[in-house]
Amino acid sequence: MTAISPAADKGAQRETSIAVAEARARARLRRRYALVIGLRLAILVVFLALWELGADYNFIDPFFFSSPSGIWEQIWSWVTEGTSQGPLWLQIYVTLEETFLGFVIGALGGIAAGIILGRNRLLADVFSIYIKIANSVPRVVLGSVFIIALGLGMASKVALAVVMVFFVVFANAFQGVREADRAMIANAQILGASPWQITTTVIIPSAMSWILASLHVSFGFALVGAVVGEFLGAKQGMGLLISTAQGAFNANGVFAAMIILAVMALVVEFIITRFENYVVKWRPAPFSEQGT
Amino acid sequence: MQLQTMAAQKLSPAAPPTDAAIAIDDVTLRFVTPDGHMMTAIRDFTMSVARGEFACVVGPTGCGKSTTLNLATGLLRPTTGNVRVMGNPVTGISRDIGFVFQADALFPWRSVIDNVAAGPLYRGTPRAEALDRARDWIARVGLARFEKHYPHQLSGGMRKRVALAQTFINQPKILLMDEPFSALDMQTRTAMQDELLELWSEQKSSVVFVTHDLEEAVALADKVYVLTAGPGTVKSVYRIDLPRPRVMADIRYDPNFIEIAKVIWNDLREEVQLGQSRAMQTGH
Repeated sequence: MTAISPAADKGAQRETSIAVAEARARARLRRRYALVIGLRLAILVVFLALWELGADYNFIDPFFFSSPSGIWEQIWSWVTEGTSQGPLWLQIYVTLEETFLGFVIGALGGIAAGIILGRNRLLADVFSIYIKIANSVPRVVLGSVFIIALGLGMASKVALAVVMVFFVVFANAFQGVREADRAMIANAQILGASPWQITTTVIIPSAMSWILASLHVSFGFALVGAVVGEFLGAKQGMGLLISTAQGAFNANGVFAAMIILAVMALVVEFIITRFENYVVKWRPAPFSEQGT
Repeated sequence: MQLQTMAAQKLSPAAPPTDAAIAIDDVTLRFVTPDGHMMTAIRDFTMSVARGEFACVVGPTGCGKSTTLNLATGLLRPTTGNVRVMGNPVTGISRDIGFVFQADALFPWRSVIDNVAAGPLYRGTPRAEALDRARDWIARVGLARFEKHYPHQLSGGMRKRVALAQTFINQPKILLMDEPFSALDMQTRTAMQDELLELWSEQKSSVVFVTHDLEEAVALADKVYVLTAGPGTVKSVYRIDLPRPRVMADIRYDPNFIEIAKVIWNDLREEVQLGQSRAMQTGH
């Protein structure tokens, strides 16, 4: 006769059943992830195929709306043979340089102005009306002013990108400073912080989430500023490429340039996200979207 | 019965002695609300805390309990009357003061050790030395394993421990506490009260502890100030002569403690009722 301890037996059973359940749950997560990626790819393929077939059978007029193969040929010829205004890489480089300069100057200016006005009630009350007025001017129109004043070179595009970026970043930095926790500021004060230390160690870090959120949006705005500036008058850049293609009724060229710009924006967006995760690593992990 | 009268001695209000750690003498504080009305926060308020004494302030909601603390920090100036800290008139934020807030006032972007080292760093201590002292204080509140954690990774009780270390590292002669444990659950609160009494008895600081919880006040304090419903003024002062060291988990079953709490509650109850009926009328 052997004595079997029922408790131990049950315990072992329970452990194996937990392991099995965990393995099942992991498999389910993997399957779902694969499903999401698969559906995303399927949508892209169907969309491109319908566009291509539509163009082939003339449901969609490729003269106006181009076709995926036409766009691809255009990009390929730009890459291998260069564009009418020189190598493609140079156009991308020029536009990126204008965008970056405008983005950096506009963002730094916006952050500085937001913090100064956020920390000083009187300045904020006095200037708020002028900022509202300036913000309500359609800023793209300023592009013409800048081209008249600063010429066809880089300066006019950078200036337009700066004004596109400045107000977005300013508004967020200002709000972020205003939302800084009162108790946290009082705590720093009592612990012995000077007003300057409060600004650098409490106000700026707590406004950082707001500022970073605005950087995502405003990089897109900087790109719009640079491209529109080139569109209005330039010697080089992606905007000029679009404008030339438009003048020649070359739909393939317009779409191709658009796709190159989109890829540029996505790459920079990715870099900004990495930067953001590095800067605000103290934040609790957000609920992350699957597959991104 | 004799014990009870000895344990809870009602004191007559008097002008504060000149050597008190905190002396608030006949202070009235009014302020103008953003919509242009005059509000009286506290009136004819007199209070003194001797060096090394633990004073608690209890009163109904909205009676100006926290205002008394802000007078001592210098963040608020009295309309009439005067406030002295360690014998000197209050002109700004004194280096001798430490403050523990009700809300979480830790810096969420700083790790535990950087939070605790904040005070010395703000006051110009070299970084290496500040971190050494911070490590020491973190160990004292029992969080040595959590130095590199960020506040969001800690429980409410642990965050309060960090806040205590952050305050005590400056070795404040005066410790002001604004309902510091009110957001904690019962067991954590009891543990934190013990922790506080231990740190206080080592540091010999003078404490003003604001709370709406009468039992917490009686358990911790040498002296309890009961405030009237707003605008607040001192209704009565009790000296609590329960022996120290006190153990929070046990003291609430001590018959002396229960007697004292009853006596003071009789005093406080009508103010609480008054405060509540006013709040219902004004809709706040």
